[in-house]
Parts: sequence; C-alpha cells; structure tokens
Amino acid sequence: MRGKLVLEDKSVFYGELIGSSTVGEVVFNTGMTGYQEILTDPSYARQIITLTYPMIGNYGVSKSFNESRKSFAGGFIIGELCEEGSSCTYEESLQDFLQREKIPCLYGVDTRALTRKIRSAGTMKGAIVAENASEEEINAALLKPLVTDVVKEVTTDKIYTIEPYELKEEILIKRGKKDFTPHVVAMDFGVKQNILRSLSSLGAKLTVVPATAKAEEILALNPDGVFLSNGPGDPKDVGYAIEEIKKLIGTKPMFGICLGHQLLALAMGADTYKLKFGHRGSNQPVKDLKTGRAHISSQNHGYAVDETTLYNLPLEVTHISINDGTVEGMRHKELPIFSVQYHPEASPGPTDNLYLFDEFWNLMEKGA
Amino acid sequence: MPKKENLEKVLVIGSGPIIIGQAAEFDYAGSQACRALKEEGLEVVLVNSNPATIMTDTHIADRVYLEPLTLDFLAEIIEKERPDGLLATLGGQAGLNLAVELAENGVLDKFNVKLLGTTLEAIKKAEDRELFKETMQKLGEPIPESTIVEDIPSAVAFANEIGYPLIVRPAYTMGGTGGGIAENEEELVDIVIKGLKYSLIGQVLIERSVAGWKEIEYEVMRDSAGNCITVCNMENFDPVGVHTGDSIVVAPSQTLTDKEFQMLRSASLRIITELGIEGGCNAQYALDPNSDRYYVIEVNPRVSRSSALASKATGYPIAKVSAKIAIGYTLDEIDNAVTGKTKAAFEPALDYLVVKFPRWPFDKFVYADHTLGTQMKATGEVMSIDRSFEGAILKAARSLEIGVNRLYLEKFAEYDDEKLKRQLTKINDERIFAIAEALRRKIADVDEIHNITKIDKWFLHKIKNIADIELRLQNEELTAELLLKAKYFGLADVSIAELAKKNVDEIRAMRKANNILPYYKMVDTCAAEFEAATPYYYSTFRGVEDEVTPSSSRKVIVLGSGPIRIGQGVEFDYCSVHSVWALREMGIEAIIINNNPETVSTDFDISDRLYFEPLTTEDVLNIIDREQPEGVIVQFGGQTAINLAASLSKAGVKVFGTSVDDIDRAEDRERFDEVLTETQIPRPKGISVTNLEDAIKGAEDIGYPVMVRPSYVLGGRAMEIVYNEAELRDYMSRAVKVTPDHPVLVDRYMQGTEVEVDAISDGESVIIPGIMEHIERAGVHSGDSIAVYPPQTLTARVLYTITDYTKRLATALNVKGLLNIQFIVANGQVYIIEVNPRSSRTVPFLSKVTDIKMVNLATRIALGATIKGMGLSAGYVPPRPYVAVKAPVFSFAKMQDVDIALGPEMKSTGEVMGIDYHYARALYKAIVGAGTHVPKNGSILFTVADKDKEEMKELAKAFYELGFKLVATEGTAKAISSMGIDVDIVGKMHERSADIIEMIKSNQIHMVINTLNQGQHIRRDGFKIRRATVEHGIACLTSLDTAWEVLRVLTFMRERRLIYSLAIQDYVGGGDGLA
Repeated sequence: MRGKLVLEDKSVFYGELIGSSTVGEVVFNTGMTGYQEILTDPSYARQIITLTYPMIGNYGVSKSFNESRKSFAGGFIIGELCEEGSSCTYEESLQDFLQREKIPCLYGVDTRALTRKIRSAGTMKGAIVAENASEEEINAALLKPLVTDVVKEVTTDKIYTIEPYELKEEILIKRGKKDFTPHVVAMDFGVKQNILRSLSSLGAKLTVVPATAKAEEILALNPDGVFLSNGPGDPKDVGYAIEEIKKLIGTKPMFGICLGHQLLALAMGADTYKLKFGHRGSNQPVKDLKTGRAHISSQNHGYAVDETTLYNLPLEVTHISINDGTVEGMRHKELPIFSVQYHPEASPGPTDNLYLFDEFWNLMEKGA
Repeated sequence: MPKKENLEKVLVIGSGPIIIGQAAEFDYAGSQACRALKEEGLEVVLVNSNPATIMTDTHIADRVYLEPLTLDFLAEIIEKERPDGLLATLGGQAGLNLAVELAENGVLDKFNVKLLGTTLEAIKKAEDRELFKETMQKLGEPIPESTIVEDIPSAVAFANEIGYPLIVRPAYTMGGTGGGIAENEEELVDIVIKGLKYSLIGQVLIERSVAGWKEIEYEVMRDSAGNCITVCNMENFDPVGVHTGDSIVVAPSQTLTDKEFQMLRSASLRIITELGIEGGCNAQYALDPNSDRYYVIEVNPRVSRSSALASKATGYPIAKVSAKIAIGYTLDEIDNAVTGKTKAAFEPALDYLVVKFPRWPFDKFVYADHTLGTQMKATGEVMSIDRSFEGAILKAARSLEIGVNRLYLEKFAEYDDEKLKRQLTKINDERIFAIAEALRRKIADVDEIHNITKIDKWFLHKIKNIADIELRLQNEELTAELLLKAKYFGLADVSIAELAKKNVDEIRAMRKANNILPYYKMVDTCAAEFEAATPYYYSTFRGVEDEVTPSSSRKVIVLGSGPIRIGQGVEFDYCSVHSVWALREMGIEAIIINNNPETVSTDFDISDRLYFEPLTTEDVLNIIDREQPEGVIVQFGGQTAINLAASLSKAGVKVFGTSVDDIDRAEDRERFDEVLTETQIPRPKGISVTNLEDAIKGAEDIGYPVMVRPSYVLGGRAMEIVYNEAELRDYMSRAVKVTPDHPVLVDRYMQGTEVEVDAISDGESVIIPGIMEHIERAGVHSGDSIAVYPPQTLTARVLYTITDYTKRLATALNVKGLLNIQFIVANGQVYIIEVNPRSSRTVPFLSKVTDIKMVNLATRIALGATIKGMGLSAGYVPPRPYVAVKAPVFSFAKMQDVDIALGPEMKSTGEVMGIDYHYARALYKAIVGAGTHVPKNGSILFTVADKDKEEMKELAKAFYELGFKLVATEGTAKAISSMGIDVDIVGKMHERSADIIEMIKSNQIHMVINTLNQGQHIRRDGFKIRRATVEHGIACLTSLDTAWEVLRVLTFMRERRLIYSLAIQDYVGGGDGLA
C-alpha cells in the first residue's frame, strides 16, 4: 500500500506502507548496521525512527539481537526494505518482524532528504498515513499531543534478578584474582539487554527494579551499587524517579547511562535541555577530558545536560562530544557517582567504551 | 607549525612507476600528504621516479627529485637535502621497503633523519611473517594455522591436527606452479608430492584454507596518543580466494550483522594498537559465513590501494590525516575538511553504497590466463556510488569501458546451458557476467549459484533483480512505470533501449517527458547529520531531492579518463587535473566527471565540483542537464573522453577545443588521407580492407613486412607485424573480426627511428615544447619505447621537417589545444604514422622537463585564447641543456603467461624518468629506475633472429670488450665466433630452452639479449627463456636498440660517477617557464 509521512511543517515524503497509521516524533539514526537493536531499544519508544543507511534488512532478524522484550518504536522509515536477508543468524525477514511487532513501516523513502529536513528544521512530529488519507485525518493526528512519560510503558512491572555470569579467566587475572561479586540494583527506565549483560559480565548479581521503585525499597535490597538505566523521552517527565535518586545520592556508588545520566544531573540540581535533532548513531566521537583520549561511541539521545548549570555543583564534566562540545559524561567530585550520556554497552555500535563498566566495578569494590 | 619539535624539512618517498598492484592511488596519497605537510609550513622534499604524477609537480613539493627509487640515490639525496624527518608510509610497498632499507643501512641514523609516523618496529611486526604470527598470538587474534613441511608424513600429521581443507603452496617455484587445495588426505598427499618436486628447495607451505569465506577489510587510523578509529569497512563480493585487488568490493559491508561488524572492528583496533601504528593501516579478515569464527589474513601498516578506495568511498582523507598524525597531531585536533565543522576523530557514516570493480588487462593480453587467484592481475579499477547495489554495480560495469553497459556478455548469450553452467565454476574476470546470464536464463537459481560460487546470496538476489527487470523490458510494453522501475534498478538508457527494442533517444525523451530524472546526492562523511561544504556528488534514481545548486558563474566540465589500463594510464589524470587548475585560475568553475578512485582528479578539493559517475553519454548528459555548463573539455581524458565528443556534440553540447569534425578528420583513415594529401605530408603506404582477399592483395602491393591492425584502436591493440602471406592469413583469422564496419588496416612496415611530438596549437600558430626520439626502432609500440628528450641523433634538416609537418597538420586540422604526432624517420625521410588530436601519454613528461605548462596553455586556447594573445612565441622551443629519458615499466612478474618480447602491442603499465646533463647517466637512471638489473660483469646470453645476426655481431663484440663472457645458441654463436671472439655454445637445438633455463636458474647468465625470429613457429621456445628471466629477475632485452643503449650505459659506468642527483627545480631553473 502506498503511504506517506507528513511532518508538522506539512512537508510530505512518500513510500510504501506496511501496517497502520501512526504519529510520533521523527528522529534519524546514522548507523549502518544494527537495525534490529535500534528497533528494540526502549529509548526509541513511540518515536518514528528513520535510518539514513538506504538498504535495511540485509541480514534478516534474529532473537539474539533483541534489546528488549519487544519493539516499542512508534514507526520505522527506511529506504530499501530487503526481502531476502542473508546471514547464518537469519531467523525471519525484517518485514515479518515488523508485521509481527506491529511496527508501521514506510519504506522506499528518500531518507537522506528527510534527514536533511530534520537536521535543518529540528526534530519534528510526524504522521505516517495511507497516501489517500484525508486532510482532516492528518491534521487531527498531528494536533494530538504526544504521550509523555513513556518510561512507565517500557519499564519492568515487577522486580527480577539475574545471576552473575561466570567470570573469564583474563578478567580475574586483571582484577588480581579478587573474588568480589557485587550486588547491583538497576533502575529500569527502559533498559537495554546488553547493559544488563554487561553488568552481569562484571560478575555482578543484578536486581532489576521498576522505574517507580522507592529509594527505601532499593536500599532495603542492600546493593553494592545502583545503576540508572537508559530510557525514552524527556528526563523531566520522570519527576518521581528524580526524587528517589536524590535520596540515593550519597548512599551507594552509582552509575548512570543516557536517561540515567540526565536523571542524575537533575537530581543533583543541574538542568537538561532538548537538542535540535539529537545524537543518534554508532560513530559519535567523545573526548575523555581526563586522558585527552577520543573514543567512538554509540549514542541515542535527544536531550543533554546543560553544562553551565554544573558549575556550582559538586559535579565535573568528564566527557564531551567532539562534534558539538555538549556534555557526554560527568562525575561527582566527592562521591563514587558517575554517568555517561552515550552507550558503552554498544549494541548496536562500537564496543570501545566497555571499560566504564569496569570503573563501576572498581567504585563498588572500593566501597564494599 | 607541526606539533613535533625540530621538524622543518620532511622527505616523502613516492611509489615509483605504475605496476599491477601499485597504481595511481599512491600519487593521490602522496600528493595529499605533501599538501598537508606544506600547509603546516614544512619544507617538503619529494623523491619519485614517475613523471606522470601530480606529486612530482614543482608546486606540490619544494624540492622534487625525479630519480630512481634505490638506496644509492636516496642516500645521495638525503645527504644533500638533510631532511629532519622521513615519511615513508604513503609510497606503497616500494616506498616502505626503501625506508626500511635506508634505516637498516644506517643512512637515517647517519644523517639524523627521524622516521615519521609508524615506526620501523611496527612495520616489521606487520610485514615479517614470524613476527606477525607472534604478535597475533599474543593478542589472541586467530590467523590461519600453517606449517612448512619437507616430507609427506609431516604434511599428514599437520592435516590431522588442523583438519581440511588445506592450501598447499610449494616454496620457491616459478610462477607459483604446483600448489592446490586439498579436501582430504588422498588429495593432500598427491599435491604435496608434486609440490615438493616443483619447489626449488624441497619445501611446501601448508595452511588452513578459508577459501569461500567472506572477505572483509577494515581501514583503521591511529594517532600517537593511541586514539583509534575505523574509516570504513568493505566486503568482497568474491569470497576468499581471489586477491582483494581483483575482487569486486562493496563499502560498507552489506551482509554483516552489527555483532559481526563490531567484532571485526574491535579486532582491527586491537591489532593497530598492538602494532603501534601511527597513521593509516588496513586489516583483512576471512569470516566464516556459517559462524562467528574469523581469521586475520593480512595487515598492511601503511596507506594502501584500499585506503584510497576508502577515502573516496567515505570522503575521509586518509593520506592527509596520516601525514598530520606523522608530524604529531592527534585525531581530535585535525579538522574534518568535508564538513569543516567536525574533527577527524569520528567514523564516517555512509548513506549510500559503493562498488569497486577491477579493470583487467585481458583485452591486451588476450592469451593470458584469466583465472583469478592470489596474484593480482588488475591494472586499475572503477568505483561507483548509488543508493542500491543494483544501481552501483551497473554504474561500475559501464564505467569499465570493456564494451558492456550491463551485466551482459554477448559470448555467454551464445553458450548453451551446459557450457554456461560450467562457466559458473570458473573464477575469472567474467564470473559475474556468467552469473547474470544464468539468472536471466533461469538455468540456475540463487541457491545453486551460491553453492557453486560461495558468493553471498544477498549479492546474487540483487543480480537476479536486475535480470528480472531485464526480462520484463524484453517482454512487456514499455510503460512509464516500467521505465521508472528499470531506472530504479540502475539500467542505462542504452540497455533499456536494447532490451525494449527502441532507440536510445526515444528512451531519453520518454524519461524526460515523464520526469524520470536522476537526483544528485552529496558524499559528506556523516549521512547528512551535518551540513557539508564539499561539492562531491553521485546520482541516483532512488530519491526525491537533489542537492546540487548550480551557480550562475561561468563553468566548464572536464571529462576524466576512467580506469587505469594499459595504454591509458595516470598521465591522463595528470592532464585532467591540470586542466581543472587552469580553469580555476581563469576564474571559471571547473566540474570534473570521473570514476577512478585511485586518482588525484577525484580528490574532493581538486575541482569546484566532483561528480563520481560513469563516463557514458547518458551519465554525462544528465550532469550537463543539471549543471548547464558552457561546454565540455574532452582533450585531456584520453580516448575515453574523446570517444564521447561526437555524441555530446550531437546532443547540442559545446565541445571546447578542436572541433568534433576535426577530431574525426584526424581519426578517420580516409578523411585523414585527404588531410595528408592537402598538406603534402607522406605516410607509409597502406590500405584499409574489409576482407581477407583484399588484405592479401593489398599486402602484396605494399610489400612485406606489413603492419596490420584493426581501425580505431588504442595502445596498439591487436597490432602485429607480419612477414608473409601465411602469417597474414593467420592474423586475419585469429586476431581480428573483420567486417565492413570494422576494417583492418594494412600498412607498410618501415624500419626507422620513431619520433614523437606534443604540440600546442590555436589553429593558426603552434608551439612545439619538445621533440622526443625513441630508442627502439619502429615496430615497438611507442608506449613501450624508451623516449629521449631532446633527440640525440636527428639532423637539423629532419628536425626542421618535423617542426614544419607539425605546424602544417595542426593548422590543417584546426587544432585548438594539444596534439600528439608520431613520425618515422627512415633514410633521412620523415613520414607520419598518426596524429592524436588530444593530450598524450608524454605530456606530463614533456611538461616537467621543459617547464612549459602545456595543459594550462591548451585549456586556455580551448576556451578561446590565442598564442599571440597570450604573448607567447610560436615555434619549436629550443632544447634545454640537459637530457631526459622516459623508460617503460612492465608488470610481467604479475602476468605469468604473457610474452615479454616488445612489439607493436603495448605491454607496459607505467613509466619512469631519468634526467641528467649527461645522456648516458640520464639513460642509466631511467633503466635502473625502471627496475632493470644491469650487470656490471658476468655472462650475457645471445640468441637472436637471423635477420639481426649481422647487427648483433658488433654488439657482441662491444660487450666482449667490456669484459663480459658471451654465451649463445648455436646459430648466434657461429655468427659471434666468426668475429674471432670466444663464445660458449649452449644447448642442443631441440632442448636448448631447458638447458638455458637451467643456466638462468643457477645464476650462470646475468643478462639475455633475445630477438624474435620471424613467424610464430618457434616462439614458444624463446617464450620460456624470456619468462625465466622474469622469474629470476635478470634483464632480458628483446630489441637490439635497447641493447646498444645498455652498452652505452655500461661503458659510461666504467668511467663516471653514477650517483648524482639534482632536483627538477635545479634543472629547469625554478622559473615559471612559458606560462
């Protein structure tokens, strides 16, 4: 079926439509691989994801690449939708996956043109509809306010635990054979599986708690550290979590990623703001201000911490984006607390920053 | 200023002549590096023996040495220039090897020269087989298990440990014979027995075979602070087993999951970190298509052919960034020149697909083995960009200039199904065409073809998409919708016309009427995330938005020369680049269209706009429609561009310079005869025939020997000298397809001196910057001859005649720009052989030695300037007081079954130059620079044709008097001993080649002088001897003229200092010359 994307500014992009109509914030990701990881990353919940790489679905879909229990994406806009995926991991075609997951997909779109539009006009609301949709239908869709606090839709509804992975010999050697198995409580704002896997790979026992968990409940679990996960939307929509994080600061070593990083900043009294079109891709360079080293990172964020609001707080910027200088990481000047805006767990993207999980382990080990 | 302290002067080593495996990519890399260093205020000293390069231009480096790339010459130059640092990782393997030699011989220490960038230790870790193995083992990176065995039991034991399949390679054999892949013990034993026999040292190497696995490459950068990034990865269409230089390659990878992509990316970063590379590096992997197992196949600790491809594919200037890293910058300090906003510390994101397709010389070496394997055979490559594989592969196919517009070869259409199926099993240059044909005929499906070829199904499905749309075009009414679909899948108008049985103009008209037009997108390194400043474009029919905003200023399109092939090399890229620069100097916007990723012309900051597109009428017209330029310049892009002149002109495009009609008058034999009659210039008698009978009759009239060739040729393709009717009959049936449309030319063969002239004309007056005399007499292709500037043996009268004829021809043909003329001087008479109304192979050489900006002047004239108007004086420019010699360079070591004997067919792939105040030393430099090993003493084998025996006697005597021992075959020996000279006879008639080859193998012969007997019958015998000289790296001279000049050099070597260097700036006086 022919379909189209209509943006807030009335610009239209045509393509072939699979699934029903949808409305959401249109964002673009420049990664060349990892479409399945992107589709199943809960941070994209309710967003319409555009991929700039023009051929998608080349290696099909495999359960092993899922980053969460399902895809929360609002819609998917791509160039070519590959019908015949080819890979030894192939389980089903991307088209079948999209239909099964009920993700509306507009394909055959000039996603470069769409990206250029968003790049210059900023992130916008958009509606994917059938080509013959009426003006009224489109206007109604675009006028409806977007759902806020999407975190509640993606977080776990109950507490669960994950046993630590058996440690690899080389990690044990690196740690001087120290047999320390920390207990980490992860606050799930829409956590990616690979973050949990990365924590488990540290040899940590995990207790994953819902975004609405209270500080007291978390502390009652007696963790060695608290992890604040990634997740969708504006951090200011998650006021309830900010209040609990405030109470947790100073009690335990803490590590935040993406939304977790923003929530930590807000809890400390700093501010966040919305970027014009965000950072989404697998090629984003960050600079470690302590070592001067540049690292390539996977990123997916539409908001950033306002550096100017950190000056009077006991927080220091540890990482910045080499592209635009925005805050990509920070640490508490006195407490064992740090966070990054980017995704050290990769999936998709480069695995250059996995060392941050080791740093978290070190903090917990010191505190234990 | 550079970050490294005490760095003011840097020596850069180029890669020398173009050979298979080392082509124009190093001119591109070197030029970019030199410019990057100069930008930092450094003084750059450059050494490169290849005059056909941009990097040897005097504005690219402060001191340019066009000298042989040997230890002696480099040591001399270092002593003279005293550079502070040496940058060696941008001159290919040649430059890297030389740097290692300089370091190991203590030259760098002695003159306190620091090796910049990657250290010697790192280079060795990557290049030395054992060290590499150790390093990879330490890292835990798997490399294919291997061992060296000397007997069968050890081979079997290794196989039992590792498993099958195994690849067996005998150590030290001629041409890699005797190896193979063993699937089981029986096969292993069989191959090892043979291999041990073939090996000169009784050893075979056994390695795990990963043939059929996916071949993946990563381009990686690292700086001195340890920051690492990958520029891009690439996936080979052809699985492991075919050299990556001979593989069709796509960027980025298409069939890798993110996990696989990141797994190999991480391995690349670990490897570059462990090796301690500072600059660019290339890592190649074999990835199991059925699991996540992989092996590291190879690591190149330098900028490579793949880096050039990756740079063009992504817009990331690897050579430039490598140069900046070498002088101390870190990635986060270096600007991304494409966006102008971001830094070099990032990884390019592509939002298109790139295809690289190799260009093989099999059109020239018709009899060569077309099989592709571990030895690279391609001379060049094309690159194409589109937003689909179908679009990109079809663009690549039509960029190759091998007479195809799509994946269709006429000859396969004639094969029956069985034969075609067998063709699928052959790994050669035509495999993709066989696959397409099989899919078109539906005699094999994707699964079956995958099983045979191991090519990933993803690629095969795409080829099937093309085949399917082709069938629809053949069978359905051509509607606008179908036409759009065909363009969506990348088919050219000519292909659509052919399939739908319509005229190409109708298709074009129908497209325009239905608004089916290409969109031009930008290559911006960041998938549109940031606004880019670089005007680097490609077309696609998959889009809705065009990013080109044509300016209103004056603009002109320069057509490039496409892939590098024998007969059309980097020289034409040099000319295209200079034409672009001339236009920009004139304040005119220069737009270049080209498809060769190895070249300077396709660097994004050379022109005002770069279109990376095929050079076909449709592709060029589409760009013209979009840009609306004043016109196009065709005279600098070799035959590629000239061939487009007529169709562009017909479409109403203004062709600047010599008119299309005048080009035709020079190229069409009959019309050219009229010009010659009119100008009263003689040419060797000849006729044009369209059948065998006429050929035989004509040859009799003219008198044997005659030169025969098809009309409209480039680089002497299929040209031969025949001595009698039997040979003529053989040639007519074997070498050419003669039809009324494709006549064969039969010309009198004159044994005289060939002379070549490049001139600049405005149609009224003519500047002749220089005249070149060829060493080898007529009969050897001009591109394979040694050329000398200025002429050494021509009389004033002959030179006057040549000057006069040149003027007459240039004015009669109304040439506006460059022209190239080849003359033959026989018995004091000057005859014309041919005129090319365009720039030639010798223009860069001549421009450099005369310091006349030939292309610049020609471009100005093409746009309307006159010689008088520019205040220049016409006529023959008096020769300079030095001598420059241009010598051909061959790639025979890479093409195992090609005869190295020189003839009318061009065989050389590159050239070097020697320049000196002494003719003999200039000659020495050229010969040494070309890699010819001239022995100072030892034995010379003579085996010459009867016709040459008289002349040879004197030559033999002269070598004898220099102290050489002479060895000869029976007849030749008889002639030599008749002079009263000692000579050893070698071999009995019927087995002499075996004896001689044995002597060459055991180092008893140090040079061979061998001329071809008339006729074909005993050529095989000589062929084996000549091939043996190639395998053993000794000089084999197949023309007595060359031998005389080698004698001259040897005589000189006894009397004079050999190593003496001056920069080109010293020779030409540093002035700007005429322009």
